[in-house]
Amino acid sequence: MEKRTLFTNKGLGIALVVPQVLLIFTFFYWPAGQALYWAFTLERPWGGGNEWVGTSNFTQLLGDPVYWNSILTSLIFAFSATVLAMGVALTMALLVDRELRGFRVYRTVLVWPYAIAAPALGVAFRFILAPEAGFMAYLNHAFPGLWNPALNGAQAMIAIVIAYVWKYIGYNFIFFLAALQAIPKSLIEAAAMDGSGLLRRIRDIQLPLLTPTIFFLVVINLTDSFTDSFGIVDLMTAGGPNRATELMVYKIFFDGFKGLDYSGAAAQSIILMLLVIALTVFQFRFLERRVHYK
Amino acid sequence: MAEVAIRGVHKSYNKVPTVHGVDLSIADGEFVVLLGPSGCGKSTLLRMIAGLEEITAGEIAIDGTVVNALEPRERGCAMVFQNYALYPHMTVAENIGYALKVAGTRKPERRARVAAVAQSLGIAELLDRKPGTLSGGQRQRVAIGRAMIREPKVFLFDEPLSNLDAKLRAQMRIEIRRLHQRLGVTSVFVTHDQVEAMTLADRLVVLNHGRIEQIGTPTEVYRRPASRFVAGFIGAPAMNFLTGTLAADGRIAIGSGAGTPVTIGVRPDEIQLLDAPLKGTLDFEIELVEELGTGQVFYGRSGEMEMTVMRNGGGEAALPRSGQRLFLKIPMTCVHLFEVESGRRIDLPPSRLAAE
Repeated sequence: MEKRTLFTNKGLGIALVVPQVLLIFTFFYWPAGQALYWAFTLERPWGGGNEWVGTSNFTQLLGDPVYWNSILTSLIFAFSATVLAMGVALTMALLVDRELRGFRVYRTVLVWPYAIAAPALGVAFRFILAPEAGFMAYLNHAFPGLWNPALNGAQAMIAIVIAYVWKYIGYNFIFFLAALQAIPKSLIEAAAMDGSGLLRRIRDIQLPLLTPTIFFLVVINLTDSFTDSFGIVDLMTAGGPNRATELMVYKIFFDGFKGLDYSGAAAQSIILMLLVIALTVFQFRFLERRVHYK
Repeated sequence: MAEVAIRGVHKSYNKVPTVHGVDLSIADGEFVVLLGPSGCGKSTLLRMIAGLEEITAGEIAIDGTVVNALEPRERGCAMVFQNYALYPHMTVAENIGYALKVAGTRKPERRARVAAVAQSLGIAELLDRKPGTLSGGQRQRVAIGRAMIREPKVFLFDEPLSNLDAKLRAQMRIEIRRLHQRLGVTSVFVTHDQVEAMTLADRLVVLNHGRIEQIGTPTEVYRRPASRFVAGFIGAPAMNFLTGTLAADGRIAIGSGAGTPVTIGVRPDEIQLLDAPLKGTLDFEIELVEELGTGQVFYGRSGEMEMTVMRNGGGEAALPRSGQRLFLKIPMTCVHLFEVESGRRIDLPPSRLAAE
């Protein structure tokens, strides 16, 4: 039986819940509700009221190939960033799992990138991946025209994925390593006695037992890659070149605050929210079935 | 089926030696129990045979092949772990059949062999269950089944019964013994439980601080312990140790006196309790009585020395109570002598014991 504390005093229970509910209401439901309202109105850019326009904000967006390009770009970014950030982190964690000396040190060091604000990270990678300076300049000198994210859309996408992945590898690594450490060593030894080699053990024993962690990280990584990518895009590519890195979250900011299309931006945030919710529901419905909880 | 030869095996962790030169040869089909207190290196030794620990020095050969450099899977050993180590995400059938699956055995054959093993262990109806839903005894059987199915040359048991309750432990002990009689596979069993060790072993290896104290049949080890450590470790309640002397003419005396100082060991159940003093008896004041049902254990002192005495039967006559004074007679034939410094056994023809 699961142990739960039951409050006999109803007032205390409510008092404990209220701060959390207030926070969520103030910072999520209220703004989300506002955005939902704006999405069905046309807001005047200089203030002075708005008028109800029904779903025309949405029909306009969904009829716009530029917006579809933004959705596609976001999906490409989200999936490649999630796969890379998790894949690299898992590989590192599997390598580290056996040798544990100094675990505390790199556990701390590796989580630092996650604490760096996206804009700072964006600036750093803008310099690191700049075609005219640093490491990439040497490559460009050896192979002229090899790397220029300012001109090449695919390379711009690679650049923001690298920056984003760098931030999340450490975060994923910590979770993977903790989960690997929680697998009893005797299970691995039993599999070794059963004749299973290193890779086979990873596939048959460790990965299945990691599925709760993998599932959790897929949800977090996918969701964050839709919302947490703004700073990196803004500072590294500003959506360019030629909208090649115009992710949905960046387009919301750009259309809303630069283009002063508040209503269109509100409609976009609603679509983004629905997309993330749909992805999460999908994961819980179809991926979670393959998760082995204890 | 194979013999196992352990020659001069050492093990160090970070330069701290834990096993200091163990030599042991295990015959084909023999059931050997490694017994010792925790930290004596018995599990380490077992894991070195299995290939789960590197061998720092010396060599281990299974069936004539030196296995130092071989992977665990190439050694032909199967192991039953203390916490069973069942794969929690696989069913019982998948757990038992995993070794076959890895070896590439085809599915129909795999299924037939899993079924046969499960049948022989009485767990056939559990095959579709996950380990998490099984009781301790059932998990133990699955773990044994997983080891059996590979038809290994050597069975290794790493304290497999220590997580079971007393009743189940006794039952599983008998089953393991029966299994060994049926399969006749060379087995090495690690335990810190002397009853388990005595009942299971063809031969007993007593380890202490990474060294072998004694190798012998359970009877030999009990009757003629090679050192004070073995004498104190085996037998319950534990053997009494008295300080005494051994004179040049072979006379043994309790307490200080002329002659070489020795440690005198007597098992509690071999001391006779008397109501009246005789020549050579010791005073005994009872402090505590334990009723075992089949007998009683008396804890008390004789002068300065703490003594434990066990009496079988009894009950008709009034039970001696704490505070009561009785007299102990220590029969000559039951006395074990040990060197004070090294703790090693001194063998002497029986002679007279002179009490002070």
